[in-house]
Amino acid sequence: GSGSGSMVGDGSCPVGSVAEDGGPSVSERVLFPPTFSVSEIKNKQRRHFMFLRWKQQQRKEKLAAKKKRRKEREALGDKAPPKAIPKTIENQRVYDETTVDPNDEEVAFDEATDEFAPYFNRQTVPKILITTSDRPRGRTVRFCEQLSTVIPNSHVYYRRGLALKKVIPQCIARDFTDLIVINEDRKIPNNGLVLSHLPDGPTAHFRMSSVRLRKEIKRKGKEPTAHVPEVILNNFTTRLGHSVGRMLASLFPHDPQFIGRQVATFHNQRDYIFFRFHRYIFKSEKKVGIQELGPRFTLKLRSLQKGTFDSKFGEYEWIHKRREMDTSRRKFHL
Amino acid sequence: QNFCRNEYNLTGLCNRSSCPLANSQYATIREEKGRCYLYMKAIERAPFPRRLWERVLLNKNYEKALEQIDENLIYWPRFIRHKCKQRFTKITQYLIRIRKLTLKRQRKLVPLRRKIERREKRREEKALIAAQLDNAIEKELLERLKQDTYGDIYNFPIHAFDKALQQQDAESESESDAEKEEEDEEDMDKREFVEADDSDLSDFEDMDKLETSSEEEQEEEEEVEKQASHSKSKGKTPLKGPARRKRPYIEIEYEEETEPTTKTK
Repeated sequence: GSGSGSMVGDGSCPVGSVAEDGGPSVSERVLFPPTFSVSEIKNKQRRHFMFLRWKQQQRKEKLAAKKKRRKEREALGDKAPPKAIPKTIENQRVYDETTVDPNDEEVAFDEATDEFAPYFNRQTVPKILITTSDRPRGRTVRFCEQLSTVIPNSHVYYRRGLALKKVIPQCIARDFTDLIVINEDRKIPNNGLVLSHLPDGPTAHFRMSSVRLRKEIKRKGKEPTAHVPEVILNNFTTRLGHSVGRMLASLFPHDPQFIGRQVATFHNQRDYIFFRFHRYIFKSEKKVGIQELGPRFTLKLRSLQKGTFDSKFGEYEWIHKRREMDTSRRKFHL
Repeated sequence: QNFCRNEYNLTGLCNRSSCPLANSQYATIREEKGRCYLYMKAIERAPFPRRLWERVLLNKNYEKALEQIDENLIYWPRFIRHKCKQRFTKITQYLIRIRKLTLKRQRKLVPLRRKIERREKRREEKALIAAQLDNAIEKELLERLKQDTYGDIYNFPIHAFDKALQQQDAESESESDAEKEEEDEEDMDKREFVEADDSDLSDFEDMDKLETSSEEEQEEEEEVEKQASHSKSKGKTPLKGPARRKRPYIEIEYEEETEPTTKTK
């Protein structure tokens, strides 16, 4: 078209001279037809050059607009409109209709009667069994040990080829309330963390990532003591998130020992649950210092099953379906 | 060592003696769907390729099947008989193993999708940055402190009281006025503090006091609180507060001087 036609003379010269020649010549005559766009030029060098120039122009315009706005704001002084809030993914999040309203009665009623009610009513004390998949390797073993120090009243048992379905009745018989299975892949705990609430409770299957053992954490404190830590659950807004949050909270005994000054945090951000374990100290009323002890890992919920672990016949409450659920960048489920 | 590709081969190697094409009298064991068959090739059927291989179903019982092989391959060369039995043994062994494994839990290999893995990893990093975990945890802990979940373990009630007072002042008047008042108060406190000490204590101590007061200037709230506590303690025990800090130094030198000041006060 005419766009490429105007550049014919420059195209034959090497790139350096094109830059020099193209600059003054185009600024003199901005004569592109209105339907011309940079992407229509077939020649890559020329297209690239035109694109850079377009970008520079955009940048200049943006800078000019900013300066103008700033001048206006200064001129107005006190009466200037308040600064615009930048858009973040959290701001733009697609509204999820299952978001829990703190005053919702139905939710409150549900929570009073679901499987965690006995725990939250202080009738049961959690007793956790941590195990791995077959033949765990070094890192997984160490991670299990550290996890058992973090979660009070937990025991680690190794699995020598036992089927999970047979393990579960035994656990129930011995009064365990929760079962954690850590799956591993190529010597690191990786694909799965199966958290099963035992007497017939829901089973959550998470995908675990970025696991850091205690020695890999920089500036860590001493070992976590045996005091019962506090639990912080952040950002679990929807119904699903609520139930997952309750499930995670039910791992820890309900009465934290504040003398220990330890806190375990499950922070949900964009469907990733970050677990951290800190020791805190209040320096003054407005300042608190925290020091990270303990392992850290992130979880992403893959599926939530109603009964105990049963992959074939279980009734799934929620499965992460990639095609349906990952379509929007601003839609989160937890 | 060559391997033979022919499916009727007995040993698997490409030799003259174990090639099914080269030998006109040959036998093999093959299994289909978990059942073993004995295949035999005879020279009489050489012109009939369709009927070339005769098939005999072997018994499921291992010993009986061996007897069957023997009875079918009677008068056949030793090599072929022997190799047939060996092959049959191996096949039954691996069939048993398959059956045992299917009873145990199978590992299902799920392929990872590279694009998805990368995407998830990136999203996790961004979420981590957006989460600002340390800040969130600190905020939550401070909230809990304010809401008194910790009870009486931490001794900050004085500060809470002072802050409540300050907040009241701020609410009752406009912000700038309140700030000015607070600053005046602080200055007043400072002035009182410094003057009293000037009259009582020596120059060395004064300098120390000035230094400490300047230090306190730099920190905002703690300073107000400290001064409040200091002023309170001043009310009760005039010079013991600052004096306490330098007790080893003071006791020796200033016992005499403090007495007249207490009298004047």
